[in-house]
Amino acid sequence: MYELFKNLGAWLTSGHQWSGYDGIAHRLAEHLQYSLLATLIAAAIGLPLGLLIGHTGRGAFVAINLASFGRALPTVGLVVLVFLASGLSMWPVYIALVALAVPSIVTNTYAGMTAVDPDVKDAARGQGMRWHQVLFQVELPLALPLIMTGLRLALIQVVATATIAAYVSFGGLGRYVFDGLAQRDLVQVMGGAVLVAAVAVVLDLTLSGIQRFLFRHRPA
Amino acid sequence: MTIDWSWIGDHTDDLTSLTVSHLQAALSAVFFGLLISLPLAVIAHRIRPLRGFLLGLSNILFTIPSIAIFVLLLPISGLTRTTTVIGLTVYTLVVLLRNTVEGLDSVPVKTKEAAKAMGTRPLRTLLTVELPLALPVIMAGVRIATVMSISLVSVATYIGDGGLGQLFTDGFQRDFPTPVIAGVVLTLLLAVVADALLVAVQYVLTPWTRRRA
Repeated sequence: MYELFKNLGAWLTSGHQWSGYDGIAHRLAEHLQYSLLATLIAAAIGLPLGLLIGHTGRGAFVAINLASFGRALPTVGLVVLVFLASGLSMWPVYIALVALAVPSIVTNTYAGMTAVDPDVKDAARGQGMRWHQVLFQVELPLALPLIMTGLRLALIQVVATATIAAYVSFGGLGRYVFDGLAQRDLVQVMGGAVLVAAVAVVLDLTLSGIQRFLFRHRPA
Repeated sequence: MTIDWSWIGDHTDDLTSLTVSHLQAALSAVFFGLLISLPLAVIAHRIRPLRGFLLGLSNILFTIPSIAIFVLLLPISGLTRTTTVIGLTVYTLVVLLRNTVEGLDSVPVKTKEAAKAMGTRPLRTLLTVELPLALPVIMAGVRIATVMSISLVSVATYIGDGGLGQLFTDGFQRDFPTPVIAGVVLTLLLAVVADALLVAVQYVLTPWTRRRA
Protein backbone atom coordinates (compact mmCIF):
# COMPACT_ATOMS: atom_id res chain seq x y z
CA MET A 1 0.00 0.00 0.00
CA TYR A 2 2.78 2.42 1.00
CA GLU A 3 4.71 1.54 -2.15
CA LEU A 4 1.60 2.25 -4.23
CA PHE A 5 1.13 5.73 -2.78
CA LYS A 6 4.82 6.50 -3.24
CA ASN A 7 4.62 5.53 -6.90
CA LEU A 8 1.39 7.49 -7.28
CA GLY A 9 3.06 10.57 -5.85
CA ALA A 10 6.00 10.12 -8.21
CA TRP A 11 3.61 9.65 -11.16
CA LEU A 12 1.67 12.80 -10.35
CA THR A 13 4.70 15.01 -9.79
CA SER A 14 7.20 13.95 -12.45
CA GLY A 15 7.80 16.63 -15.08
CA HIS A 16 7.98 13.94 -17.75
CA GLN A 17 4.41 12.86 -16.98
CA TRP A 18 3.08 16.39 -17.40
CA SER A 19 4.49 17.13 -20.86
CA GLY A 20 3.83 15.86 -24.36
CA TYR A 21 0.74 14.59 -26.18
CA ASP A 22 -0.06 11.98 -23.52
CA GLY A 23 1.02 14.38 -20.77
CA ILE A 24 -1.25 15.47 -17.94
CA ALA A 25 -1.38 19.10 -19.11
CA HIS A 26 -2.69 18.15 -22.56
CA ARG A 27 -5.15 15.55 -21.21
CA LEU A 28 -6.42 18.07 -18.68
CA ALA A 29 -7.00 20.64 -21.46
CA GLU A 30 -8.92 18.03 -23.48
CA HIS A 31 -10.98 17.07 -20.46
CA LEU A 32 -11.93 20.68 -19.77
CA GLN A 33 -12.71 21.26 -23.45
CA TYR A 34 -15.20 18.34 -23.58
CA SER A 35 -16.77 19.37 -20.28
CA LEU A 36 -17.18 23.07 -21.04
CA LEU A 37 -18.53 22.55 -24.56
CA ALA A 38 -21.02 19.91 -23.39
CA THR A 39 -22.21 22.11 -20.51
CA LEU A 40 -22.54 25.08 -22.87
CA ILE A 41 -24.71 23.07 -25.29
CA ALA A 42 -26.75 21.75 -22.38
CA ALA A 43 -27.24 25.30 -21.09
CA ALA A 44 -28.38 26.43 -24.55
CA ILE A 45 -31.04 23.72 -24.43
CA GLY A 46 -31.89 23.66 -20.72
CA LEU A 47 -32.00 27.37 -19.84
CA PRO A 48 -34.70 28.48 -22.35
CA LEU A 49 -36.69 25.35 -21.48
CA GLY A 50 -36.53 25.99 -17.74
CA LEU A 51 -37.29 29.70 -18.13
CA LEU A 52 -40.27 28.99 -20.39
CA ILE A 53 -41.71 26.34 -18.07
CA GLY A 54 -41.13 28.55 -15.03
CA HIS A 55 -42.60 31.68 -16.68
CA THR A 56 -45.72 30.06 -18.12
CA GLY A 57 -46.18 27.52 -15.32
CA ARG A 58 -47.00 24.96 -18.01
CA GLY A 59 -45.17 21.71 -18.55
CA ALA A 60 -43.86 21.42 -14.99
CA PHE A 61 -44.96 17.79 -14.92
CA VAL A 62 -42.84 17.12 -18.01
CA ALA A 63 -39.85 18.91 -16.52
CA ILE A 64 -39.93 16.93 -13.28
CA ASN A 65 -40.31 13.62 -15.09
CA LEU A 66 -37.57 14.54 -17.53
CA ALA A 67 -35.29 15.08 -14.56
CA SER A 68 -35.92 11.70 -12.98
CA PHE A 69 -35.66 10.04 -16.41
CA GLY A 70 -32.31 11.74 -16.93
CA ARG A 71 -31.16 10.58 -13.52
CA ALA A 72 -32.06 6.97 -14.37
CA LEU A 73 -30.43 6.93 -17.82
CA PRO A 74 -27.17 4.94 -17.58
CA THR A 75 -24.48 7.12 -19.18
CA VAL A 76 -22.22 4.19 -20.05
CA GLY A 77 -25.05 2.55 -21.99
CA LEU A 78 -25.91 5.77 -23.80
CA VAL A 79 -22.30 6.35 -24.87
CA VAL A 80 -21.93 2.82 -26.20
CA LEU A 81 -25.30 2.96 -27.95
CA VAL A 82 -24.56 6.22 -29.75
CA PHE A 83 -21.06 4.94 -30.55
CA LEU A 84 -22.43 1.81 -32.22
CA ALA A 85 -24.92 3.94 -34.17
CA SER A 86 -22.60 6.74 -35.25
CA GLY A 87 -19.19 5.08 -35.47
CA LEU A 88 -15.97 6.77 -34.39
CA SER A 89 -16.91 10.39 -33.76
CA MET A 90 -17.33 12.83 -30.89
CA TRP A 91 -21.12 12.40 -31.02
CA PRO A 92 -21.36 9.66 -28.35
CA VAL A 93 -19.39 11.73 -25.87
CA TYR A 94 -21.28 14.96 -26.40
CA ILE A 95 -24.75 13.41 -26.61
CA ALA A 96 -24.21 11.48 -23.37
CA LEU A 97 -22.73 14.45 -21.51
CA VAL A 98 -25.43 16.85 -22.72
CA ALA A 99 -28.16 14.35 -21.77
CA LEU A 100 -26.58 14.16 -18.33
CA ALA A 101 -26.41 17.94 -17.87
CA VAL A 102 -29.76 19.11 -19.25
CA PRO A 103 -31.98 17.72 -16.42
CA SER A 104 -30.13 19.50 -13.58
CA ILE A 105 -30.17 22.75 -15.55
CA VAL A 106 -33.88 22.55 -16.37
CA THR A 107 -35.02 21.55 -12.87
CA ASN A 108 -32.91 24.17 -11.09
CA THR A 109 -33.93 26.94 -13.49
CA TYR A 110 -37.56 25.92 -13.04
CA ALA A 111 -37.16 25.77 -9.25
CA GLY A 112 -35.60 29.23 -9.25
CA MET A 113 -38.45 30.65 -11.33
CA THR A 114 -41.18 29.18 -9.13
CA ALA A 115 -39.46 30.53 -6.03
CA VAL A 116 -39.97 34.11 -7.28
CA ASP A 117 -42.62 35.82 -5.13
CA PRO A 118 -45.90 35.99 -7.13
CA ASP A 119 -46.61 39.44 -5.61
CA VAL A 120 -43.42 40.77 -7.17
CA LYS A 121 -44.49 39.47 -10.57
CA ASP A 122 -47.95 40.98 -10.09
CA ALA A 123 -46.42 44.33 -9.18
CA ALA A 124 -44.22 44.23 -12.30
CA ARG A 125 -47.21 43.45 -14.49
CA GLY A 126 -49.27 46.11 -12.70
CA GLN A 127 -46.63 48.68 -13.63
CA GLY A 128 -47.31 47.86 -17.27
CA MET A 129 -44.26 45.69 -17.92
CA ARG A 130 -44.56 43.39 -20.93
CA TRP A 131 -44.10 39.64 -20.45
CA HIS A 132 -40.52 39.69 -21.72
CA GLN A 133 -39.69 42.58 -19.42
CA VAL A 134 -41.15 40.67 -16.47
CA LEU A 135 -39.15 37.61 -17.49
CA PHE A 136 -35.78 39.28 -18.11
CA GLN A 137 -35.87 42.20 -15.67
CA VAL A 138 -37.70 40.65 -12.72
CA GLU A 139 -37.90 36.85 -12.73
CA LEU A 140 -34.48 36.05 -14.23
CA PRO A 141 -32.42 38.22 -11.84
CA LEU A 142 -34.33 36.86 -8.83
CA ALA A 143 -33.96 33.26 -10.00
CA LEU A 144 -30.27 33.69 -10.85
CA PRO A 145 -28.72 32.10 -7.72
CA LEU A 146 -30.62 28.84 -8.21
CA ILE A 147 -30.00 28.89 -11.97
CA MET A 148 -26.27 29.19 -11.31
CA THR A 149 -26.42 26.33 -8.82
CA GLY A 150 -27.97 24.21 -11.58
CA LEU A 151 -25.22 25.14 -14.03
CA ARG A 152 -22.57 24.36 -11.43
CA LEU A 153 -24.08 20.97 -10.60
CA ALA A 154 -24.30 20.17 -14.31
CA LEU A 155 -20.68 21.14 -14.96
CA ILE A 156 -19.40 19.06 -12.04
CA GLN A 157 -21.37 16.02 -13.16
CA VAL A 158 -20.08 16.48 -16.70
CA VAL A 159 -16.46 16.84 -15.56
CA ALA A 160 -16.82 13.65 -13.52
CA THR A 161 -18.38 11.77 -16.42
CA ALA A 162 -16.18 13.11 -19.24
CA THR A 163 -13.84 10.29 -18.17
CA ILE A 164 -15.96 8.16 -20.46
CA ALA A 165 -14.64 9.87 -23.61
CA ALA A 166 -11.54 7.73 -23.26
CA TYR A 167 -13.66 4.56 -23.32
CA VAL A 168 -14.66 5.34 -26.92
CA SER A 169 -11.04 6.08 -27.81
CA PHE A 170 -10.85 9.83 -27.24
CA GLY A 171 -8.70 11.79 -24.82
CA GLY A 172 -9.19 13.58 -21.56
CA LEU A 173 -8.08 12.41 -18.13
CA GLY A 174 -10.06 9.20 -18.55
CA ARG A 175 -7.26 8.07 -20.89
CA TYR A 176 -5.12 7.18 -17.85
CA VAL A 177 -7.96 5.28 -16.17
CA PHE A 178 -8.81 3.14 -19.17
CA ASP A 179 -5.22 2.68 -20.44
CA GLY A 180 -4.18 1.79 -16.93
CA LEU A 181 -6.99 -0.74 -16.57
CA ALA A 182 -6.02 -2.31 -19.91
CA GLN A 183 -2.31 -2.41 -19.00
CA ARG A 184 -2.98 -3.54 -15.40
CA ASP A 185 -1.06 -0.46 -14.28
CA LEU A 186 -2.78 0.48 -11.04
CA VAL A 187 -0.61 3.57 -10.48
CA GLN A 188 -1.74 5.08 -13.79
CA VAL A 189 -5.41 4.23 -13.09
CA MET A 190 -5.27 5.80 -9.65
CA GLY A 191 -3.37 8.81 -11.01
CA GLY A 192 -6.15 9.44 -13.53
CA ALA A 193 -8.85 8.98 -10.89
CA VAL A 194 -7.13 11.35 -8.46
CA LEU A 195 -6.76 13.99 -11.19
CA VAL A 196 -10.44 13.82 -12.24
CA ALA A 197 -11.57 13.97 -8.61
CA ALA A 198 -9.25 16.90 -7.94
CA VAL A 199 -10.51 18.83 -10.98
CA ALA A 200 -14.14 18.24 -9.96
CA VAL A 201 -13.61 19.24 -6.33
CA VAL A 202 -11.52 22.33 -7.16
CA LEU A 203 -14.03 23.50 -9.82
CA ASP A 204 -16.94 23.01 -7.41
CA LEU A 205 -15.26 24.92 -4.58
CA THR A 206 -14.17 27.74 -6.90
CA LEU A 207 -17.56 28.15 -8.54
CA SER A 208 -19.47 28.06 -5.24
CA GLY A 209 -17.03 30.64 -3.91
CA ILE A 210 -17.65 32.92 -6.91
CA GLN A 211 -21.38 32.38 -6.51
CA ARG A 212 -21.26 33.31 -2.84
CA PHE A 213 -19.26 36.43 -3.69
CA LEU A 214 -21.66 37.53 -6.47
CA PHE A 215 -24.76 37.11 -4.33
CA ARG A 216 -23.23 38.21 -1.02
CA HIS A 217 -25.83 40.98 -0.61
CA ARG A 218 -28.80 38.62 -0.89
CA PRO A 219 -30.38 36.92 2.08
CA ALA A 220 -29.88 33.16 1.86
CA MET B 1 -29.63 -0.11 -35.63
CA THR B 2 -31.80 -3.19 -35.43
CA ILE B 3 -32.66 -5.29 -32.43
CA ASP B 4 -31.85 -8.97 -32.70
CA TRP B 5 -34.89 -10.38 -30.90
CA SER B 6 -33.64 -13.96 -31.10
CA TRP B 7 -30.59 -12.95 -29.01
CA ILE B 8 -32.92 -11.63 -26.35
CA GLY B 9 -34.98 -14.83 -26.51
CA ASP B 10 -31.82 -16.95 -26.12
CA HIS B 11 -30.50 -14.93 -23.21
CA THR B 12 -33.51 -14.41 -20.94
CA ASP B 13 -31.77 -16.32 -18.13
CA ASP B 14 -28.67 -14.13 -18.34
CA LEU B 15 -30.78 -10.99 -18.52
CA THR B 16 -32.74 -12.05 -15.45
CA SER B 17 -29.68 -12.85 -13.36
CA LEU B 18 -27.96 -9.59 -14.41
CA THR B 19 -31.10 -7.63 -13.50
CA VAL B 20 -31.25 -9.31 -10.08
CA SER B 21 -27.55 -8.67 -9.45
CA HIS B 22 -27.98 -5.05 -10.60
CA LEU B 23 -30.90 -4.46 -8.26
CA GLN B 24 -29.11 -6.16 -5.39
CA ALA B 25 -26.10 -3.84 -5.72
CA ALA B 26 -28.27 -0.72 -5.90
CA LEU B 27 -30.50 -1.69 -2.97
CA SER B 28 -27.55 -2.70 -0.76
CA ALA B 29 -26.06 0.73 -1.38
CA VAL B 30 -29.26 2.52 -0.37
CA PHE B 31 -29.60 0.27 2.70
CA PHE B 32 -26.06 0.95 3.91
CA GLY B 33 -26.46 4.61 2.96
CA LEU B 34 -29.49 4.87 5.25
CA LEU B 35 -27.73 2.92 8.00
CA ILE B 36 -24.88 5.46 7.96
CA SER B 37 -26.81 8.67 7.26
CA LEU B 38 -29.66 8.27 9.78
CA PRO B 39 -27.45 8.50 12.91
CA LEU B 40 -25.23 11.12 11.23
CA ALA B 41 -28.30 13.20 10.33
CA VAL B 42 -29.56 13.07 13.92
CA ILE B 43 -26.12 14.28 15.09
CA ALA B 44 -26.02 17.00 12.40
CA HIS B 45 -29.52 18.08 13.39
CA ARG B 46 -28.77 18.26 17.13
CA ILE B 47 -25.22 19.63 17.07
CA ARG B 48 -25.20 22.72 14.83
CA PRO B 49 -21.42 23.12 14.40
CA LEU B 50 -21.13 19.56 13.06
CA ARG B 51 -23.90 20.15 10.55
CA GLY B 52 -21.94 22.26 8.07
CA PHE B 53 -18.97 19.93 8.39
CA LEU B 54 -20.94 16.72 7.71
CA LEU B 55 -22.98 18.19 4.83
CA GLY B 56 -19.86 19.77 3.31
CA LEU B 57 -17.95 16.52 3.56
CA SER B 58 -20.71 14.54 1.85
CA ASN B 59 -20.86 17.22 -0.88
CA ILE B 60 -17.15 16.83 -1.57
CA LEU B 61 -17.47 13.03 -1.69
CA PHE B 62 -20.27 13.49 -4.21
CA THR B 63 -18.07 15.48 -6.61
CA ILE B 64 -15.59 12.60 -6.87
CA PRO B 65 -16.40 10.80 -10.12
CA SER B 66 -17.93 7.32 -9.66
CA ILE B 67 -15.30 5.61 -11.80
CA ALA B 68 -12.67 7.31 -9.64
CA ILE B 69 -14.25 6.06 -6.41
CA PHE B 70 -14.35 2.49 -7.71
CA VAL B 71 -10.75 2.71 -8.88
CA LEU B 72 -9.51 4.31 -5.65
CA LEU B 73 -11.11 1.45 -3.69
CA LEU B 74 -9.28 -1.19 -5.76
CA PRO B 75 -6.21 -1.44 -3.48
CA ILE B 76 -8.54 -1.92 -0.48
CA SER B 77 -11.32 -4.21 -1.66
CA GLY B 78 -10.19 -5.31 -5.14
CA LEU B 79 -12.37 -6.31 -8.09
CA THR B 80 -15.34 -7.37 -5.96
CA ARG B 81 -18.99 -6.65 -5.28
CA THR B 82 -17.85 -4.97 -2.04
CA THR B 83 -16.09 -2.26 -4.07
CA THR B 84 -19.26 -1.64 -6.07
CA VAL B 85 -21.45 -1.36 -2.98
CA ILE B 86 -19.01 0.88 -1.05
CA GLY B 87 -18.67 3.20 -4.05
CA LEU B 88 -22.43 3.47 -4.56
CA THR B 89 -23.04 3.93 -0.83
CA VAL B 90 -20.72 6.95 -0.81
CA TYR B 91 -22.90 8.48 -3.54
CA THR B 92 -26.17 7.88 -1.73
CA LEU B 93 -24.84 9.62 1.39
CA VAL B 94 -25.09 13.17 0.07
CA VAL B 95 -28.79 12.90 -0.85
CA LEU B 96 -29.82 10.80 2.15
CA LEU B 97 -27.95 12.91 4.69
CA ARG B 98 -29.20 16.23 3.33
CA ASN B 99 -32.81 15.11 3.08
CA THR B 100 -32.85 13.48 6.53
CA VAL B 101 -31.45 16.62 8.14
CA GLU B 102 -33.99 18.77 6.26
CA GLY B 103 -36.76 16.38 7.25
CA LEU B 104 -35.82 16.59 10.94
CA ASP B 105 -35.61 20.40 10.63
CA SER B 106 -39.13 20.50 9.20
CA VAL B 107 -40.69 18.99 12.35
CA PRO B 108 -42.55 21.85 14.12
CA VAL B 109 -40.96 22.94 17.39
CA LYS B 110 -44.40 22.92 19.05
CA THR B 111 -44.87 19.24 18.27
CA LYS B 112 -41.55 18.42 19.90
CA GLU B 113 -42.44 20.60 22.91
CA ALA B 114 -45.78 18.83 23.23
CA ALA B 115 -44.01 15.47 23.25
CA LYS B 116 -41.62 16.75 25.94
CA ALA B 117 -44.50 18.15 28.00
CA MET B 118 -46.18 14.77 27.89
CA GLY B 119 -43.06 13.29 29.46
CA THR B 120 -41.82 11.47 26.36
CA ARG B 121 -38.12 10.61 26.57
CA PRO B 122 -35.81 12.14 23.90
CA LEU B 123 -35.06 8.81 22.18
CA ARG B 124 -38.75 7.92 22.10
CA THR B 125 -39.58 11.39 20.74
CA LEU B 126 -37.03 10.86 18.01
CA LEU B 127 -38.36 7.44 17.04
CA THR B 128 -42.10 8.01 17.41
CA VAL B 129 -42.52 11.73 16.70
CA GLU B 130 -39.62 13.27 14.79
CA LEU B 131 -38.66 10.49 12.38
CA PRO B 132 -42.25 9.69 11.31
CA LEU B 133 -42.96 13.39 10.67
CA ALA B 134 -39.70 13.71 8.74
CA LEU B 135 -40.55 10.64 6.68
CA PRO B 136 -41.93 12.38 3.54
CA VAL B 137 -38.71 14.39 3.10
CA ILE B 138 -36.54 11.37 3.96
CA MET B 139 -38.45 9.22 1.46
CA ALA B 140 -37.93 11.85 -1.25
CA GLY B 141 -34.21 11.39 -0.61
CA VAL B 142 -34.50 7.60 -0.65
CA ARG B 143 -36.26 7.78 -4.03
CA ILE B 144 -33.54 9.96 -5.58
CA ALA B 145 -30.78 7.80 -4.06
CA THR B 146 -32.39 4.60 -5.36
CA VAL B 147 -32.87 5.84 -8.93
CA MET B 148 -29.36 7.29 -8.94
CA SER B 149 -27.81 4.04 -7.65
CA ILE B 150 -29.68 1.95 -10.22
CA SER B 151 -28.27 4.17 -12.95
CA LEU B 152 -24.74 4.19 -11.48
CA VAL B 153 -24.32 0.43 -10.94
CA SER B 154 -23.41 0.08 -14.62
CA VAL B 155 -20.27 2.20 -14.14
CA ALA B 156 -18.87 -0.69 -12.06
CA THR B 157 -18.65 -2.68 -15.29
CA TYR B 158 -15.17 -1.17 -15.69
CA ILE B 159 -14.04 -2.99 -12.56
CA GLY B 160 -15.67 -6.25 -13.67
CA ASP B 161 -19.02 -5.97 -11.87
CA GLY B 162 -21.87 -3.66 -12.80
CA GLY B 163 -24.93 -5.90 -13.25
CA LEU B 164 -26.68 -4.82 -16.44
CA GLY B 165 -23.66 -2.63 -17.22
CA GLN B 166 -21.88 -5.80 -18.37
CA LEU B 167 -24.23 -5.76 -21.35
CA PHE B 168 -22.76 -2.40 -22.37
CA THR B 169 -19.14 -3.57 -22.40
CA ASP B 170 -20.22 -6.81 -24.05
CA GLY B 171 -22.11 -5.00 -26.85
CA PHE B 172 -19.29 -2.50 -27.25
CA GLN B 173 -16.58 -5.13 -27.62
CA ARG B 174 -18.59 -7.16 -30.16
CA ASP B 175 -20.01 -4.15 -32.03
CA PHE B 176 -23.47 -5.58 -31.32
CA PRO B 177 -26.18 -3.11 -30.19
CA THR B 178 -28.87 -5.54 -28.96
CA PRO B 179 -27.41 -6.18 -25.46
CA VAL B 180 -26.75 -2.46 -25.04
CA ILE B 181 -30.35 -1.57 -25.87
CA ALA B 182 -31.60 -4.36 -23.59
CA GLY B 183 -29.37 -3.05 -20.79
CA VAL B 184 -30.52 0.55 -21.12
CA VAL B 185 -34.20 -0.44 -21.29
CA LEU B 186 -33.95 -2.81 -18.30
CA THR B 187 -32.10 -0.17 -16.24
CA LEU B 188 -34.79 2.44 -16.95
CA LEU B 189 -37.50 -0.13 -16.21
CA LEU B 190 -35.88 -1.06 -12.88
CA ALA B 191 -35.65 2.62 -11.94
CA VAL B 192 -39.30 3.30 -12.80
CA VAL B 193 -40.59 0.22 -10.95
CA ALA B 194 -38.41 0.87 -7.88
CA ASP B 195 -39.54 4.50 -7.76
CA ALA B 196 -43.22 3.52 -8.03
CA LEU B 197 -42.79 0.93 -5.25
CA LEU B 198 -41.18 3.53 -2.99
CA VAL B 199 -44.09 5.92 -3.61
CA ALA B 200 -46.43 3.10 -2.58
CA VAL B 201 -44.36 2.38 0.56
CA GLN B 202 -44.49 6.03 1.52
CA TYR B 203 -48.27 6.11 0.97
CA VAL B 204 -48.70 3.17 3.34
CA LEU B 205 -46.26 4.51 5.96
CA THR B 206 -47.71 8.03 6.20
CA PRO B 207 -51.50 7.70 6.50
CA TRP B 208 -51.78 11.15 8.17
CA THR B 209 -50.60 13.00 5.06
CA ARG B 210 -53.49 11.59 3.05
CA ARG B 211 -56.30 13.16 5.07
CA ARG B 212 -54.81 16.61 4.69
CA ALA B 213 -54.43 16.28 0.91
